[in-house]
Amino acid sequence: MAAQSILQKLEILADAAKYDASCASSGTAKKNSIGGKGIGSTEGMGICHAYAPDGRCISLLKVLMTNHCIFDCHYCINRKSSNVRRARFTPQEVADLTLSFYRRNYIEGLFLSSGIIKSSNFTMEQLVETARILREEHDFRGYIHLKTIPEADPQLVYQAGLHADRVSINVELPTDSGLTRLAPDKDAREIEGAMGGMKSSIVEAKDAKKRFKHAPRFAPAGQSTQMIVGADAASDADIVGKASRLYDNFRLRRVYYSAFSPIPDASAVLPLKRPPLIREHRLYQSDWLMRFYDYKPGEIMQATDDAGNLPLDIDPKLAWALKFREWFPVDVNRATKEQLLRVPGLGVKGVQRILAARRHRTLRLDDVAKLTVSLTKIRPFIVTCDWRPTALTDRADLRRLLAPPQEQLELFAA
Amino acid sequence: MTALQHVKPGAYYAVNLPRPDDFAFWRDRARQLIQCDVPPDRVAWVEPGGAGDLFAGGDTRLPAPPADARPVRASKRFLGVAKNAVLHSDPERFALLYRLLWRLQGNPRIMEDKTDADVRRVEEWDKNVRRDSHKMHAFVRFRQVEDEDGGEHYVAWFEPDHHIVRANAGFFRRRFANMRWSILTPKGTLHWDGETMREGPPARREDAPGDDPVEDLWRKYYASIFNPARLKVGAMLSEMPKKYWKNLPEASLIPELIAGAQTREAQMVDAGKSGFGMEFEDKPETLEAIDKAIHACRQCPIGNLDNHAVMGEGPSDAALMIVGEQPGDQEDMAGRPFVGPAGQLLDVHLEKAGIRRSAAYVTNAVKHFKYVPKVTGRGKRRIHQSPSAKEIDTCRWWQEAERAIVQPKLVLAMGASAARGILGKTVSINKARGAPIALEDGSELWITAHPSYLLRLDGEAREEQARLFDADLAAVKARLGELQTAKGP
Repeated sequence: MAAQSILQKLEILADAAKYDASCASSGTAKKNSIGGKGIGSTEGMGICHAYAPDGRCISLLKVLMTNHCIFDCHYCINRKSSNVRRARFTPQEVADLTLSFYRRNYIEGLFLSSGIIKSSNFTMEQLVETARILREEHDFRGYIHLKTIPEADPQLVYQAGLHADRVSINVELPTDSGLTRLAPDKDAREIEGAMGGMKSSIVEAKDAKKRFKHAPRFAPAGQSTQMIVGADAASDADIVGKASRLYDNFRLRRVYYSAFSPIPDASAVLPLKRPPLIREHRLYQSDWLMRFYDYKPGEIMQATDDAGNLPLDIDPKLAWALKFREWFPVDVNRATKEQLLRVPGLGVKGVQRILAARRHRTLRLDDVAKLTVSLTKIRPFIVTCDWRPTALTDRADLRRLLAPPQEQLELFAA
Repeated sequence: MTALQHVKPGAYYAVNLPRPDDFAFWRDRARQLIQCDVPPDRVAWVEPGGAGDLFAGGDTRLPAPPADARPVRASKRFLGVAKNAVLHSDPERFALLYRLLWRLQGNPRIMEDKTDADVRRVEEWDKNVRRDSHKMHAFVRFRQVEDEDGGEHYVAWFEPDHHIVRANAGFFRRRFANMRWSILTPKGTLHWDGETMREGPPARREDAPGDDPVEDLWRKYYASIFNPARLKVGAMLSEMPKKYWKNLPEASLIPELIAGAQTREAQMVDAGKSGFGMEFEDKPETLEAIDKAIHACRQCPIGNLDNHAVMGEGPSDAALMIVGEQPGDQEDMAGRPFVGPAGQLLDVHLEKAGIRRSAAYVTNAVKHFKYVPKVTGRGKRRIHQSPSAKEIDTCRWWQEAERAIVQPKLVLAMGASAARGILGKTVSINKARGAPIALEDGSELWITAHPSYLLRLDGEAREEQARLFDADLAAVKARLGELQTAKGP
C-alpha cells in the first residue's frame, strides 16, 4: 500500500475523533505570545472558529494520534475487530498541522486522543511528545487538551498535565456492568483511580502556585470526562447519579454526554438507530440545573418517570415544577434568588435582572416581559403586582399547554 | 477647537467626531457639555461622513465649563457598556449615550433598571458589538503570502458589521505576537510586523490573497469532523450565519455535507443491518422465537453461506449451560448441536464427570456453520473455518437472548470462541480455566478447552489435555452441586 499523505491521514483520524463531544477551549489560565518566541493565546473565553452542519462547535483540531487499537470496545469505531481504514500520525506531523491551522486562525489549539497501540505507556508517550514539541520547541501558547490513558504510568500522565490545559479520561459508560459488557478491556476502578490521581495533582499544583510564583502550571483548565448515552440500558437517573458523583469526587469541570450514534461497521451488540439527541439534550439541561441552578441530583431524579428517565417532550426544570406545584406561583417582587431560579423559563441572567430591577420599582408583568426571554413560559409560575395565575398552576393539562409541539423530534426537519 | 467663555442659553451645538469609534473623544466632549448643563436635545453628534444637517447650524465651538462645575458621574457599568456601544454602526449612538449620561447625573443607578428603554438600547448595542468582536476573533481566516524579503506574511479579509477593527487589534497582537500579519476590512486595516501596529485606510476584498494550499487540509478536516448522524442545521446557522460564509473557506462544503448526511447515516445503519432489522427492543423472549429468528439472520457473512442455523437444545430452565464454538458439518445437517465427532467425545467426558447432558442446555457461540468448500477425490467437502471476532460478537446477540431465558446458574464455555461470545473479549484458555468468573446476571462462567482441540492432538499431549479437561468438568460438577444445594429448595 502506498504511503498515506497527510491529507488522507487527517481524513481518517479526524473522522475517528468525532465521537468525542468536547471541543471546549475555555476556562484555562490566561496566556499570550507577547515576549515569547511563538504564537498562541488563551484569554478565558473559548472561541468557536467554525460550526459543522451537526451544530457542533469546531474550536480545536480534534484528531487521534492513531486509530489502530488493541482494545475491543463495542461502541467504538476504532475497536480492534472493526474494519475501518487505519492511519497513524507522528507527533511531529500533529504538531506541524496544529501550528499551520493555528497561524491561519482556524483553531484555538489541539485536542489529541489516540487508540492504544503497542502498550498504554507507548501511546501516552506519543501524546506527551506531541504536546512537548508544541510547547517547548515552538513555544506554543494556545490551548491543548490531552486525553490520558488510565492504564499508563502515572509519571507519564503527570507529564501530560504539565503541557496540557485540560486533561480528560472518559468513563464511557454510566454503569460498571455496561462497561464490563461493552468495553471488556477497560476497568472502572482503574479509570476512577486515574481520575483521582489527576485530581490530586491539580489540587497540589494550584496550592503550590499560590505560594510560589514559578511553580509549574498543571492542567489549569482542569479535567473532564465523557459518557455515552444510549449504547446500554442505563437510565437517566443512573447517568445523573454517576455524573454528580464524578463532579463531587473528582472535581470535574465538565461531564460530557455523547448520544451514541451508529458507526460504520458497528458491533452487533449495539442499537442500530438514530442517536438519541433529545435525550442527550435533556441530560445537558439537567447538568446545567445542577451546576448553575442549585438542584441536587436527587431533585433531578424526582423529575424522572418510573423507569428513571427524564421526559423527552419537556425540559427537566419544567418537569420538576409540574411535579412540585406547591412551590409556585413565586412572587417576583419578593421571592428569594433560589425560588426564582426554580421558575421554568427563567434563566440565571433573567433572575439577576429581576433582582436588580425590583430595587427600583415594583415589577409588573410588562416589566418582567422586558427582562426575560419568553413570558408565556413563565407566566403560570409567577405573581407580579398586576398578575396572578388564578388556578393555572393547578390545572391538570398544564403540561400539555406548556410542552412544545412534538415536531422537534424529527431530526431532518431543519 | 476654541471654547467659548459662556454658555449661550438655547444655543445648539454640534460635535464632529474625528473617527467613528473614538470613545475617548466622545467622553471628553460629553463631560464638558454636561458640566455646561447643555441638555441632550441641543447637541448633534456627527461622525465622519455622517449627515449632520439637522443641526447644520449648530455651533462647533463648545462652551467652557464654569470653574465651579461639579464632576461628571458615570457608573462603572455605564462606562463598560458605553465603550462598546460607541463602536456600533447605529448613527444615533453618540446622542443616545449622551442622553443616558445626562440622566445618570440625576439617577446614578439607572443602569440597573433593565426595563428603561435607553438602558435596554445601549445594552443591546453593547451585546451586538461584543458578538461582532467575538465573530471577528473566530472567523478571521489568514492566508499565507511571501513578503519581499522572503518572510511569511499572513493576510486576512474580514467584513465586520460595526466599527470594531481598531478595538480588536490587541487581541490579534497578543495571539500572533511573533508573526507578520494584516487584517483588511472595509472599515480600516491593521498591520503587525512583529514589533509595531500600523493602521491603514479601508481595503477591498481584491487586496487580499485569493487562496492558500492549507485550506484543502482545513476543508478535509471540516468535512471529516462532521457527524452526519447528528445533522442540526439550525444550530449551525444561529452561530455561523450565512453572511459570514463567503469569507470562510470551509463554508463552500456545507450544502453538499447537508445533502449527503441523510444518505450517509442510512448507509451506516444499513451496513449493520444488512436486510434484517434488529434493535434492542427486538430481542426475542422465547427459545422458539430465537430458533425462528436465527434461521433468518444474515447479520454476518456466515449467514449467507449454504447452511442452516443450529439452535441450542436442552431444558429451558437448565442449571448448566454448555457453550461451544459453532455447528460443524454434521451438526449443520442434523440441525442439532454437538452430534459430530467433537460432540461424541464431549459425551464421553461428561459421563466420566457424572454430568447428565440431557439436563444441560447445550448451544454454540455462533449459530451457523462457517466453512470453505473444497473439492477432493471423494467429492465436495466443507472445511471448518473459525469464526472471526466480529462474527462472534454479532452472534452474541442470540446467545445472550438464550442465556436470558434459560438463566443458568453456571455457564461452561468450551474454547476461545465460546469464551469471547460470553465475555466480549478474547481470553487465554490456559489462564482462564479452573476458576469461576462472575457474570453480570449473577451466574458463573467456567472456561475450558473445546473437545475438538483434543481430537487434533496425539499421544502424551492428548492425554495431558484430556486430564485437564476432565479436571475442569469435575470442578464444574462439584460447583454445580454447591450452587444447587445453596439455592435449591
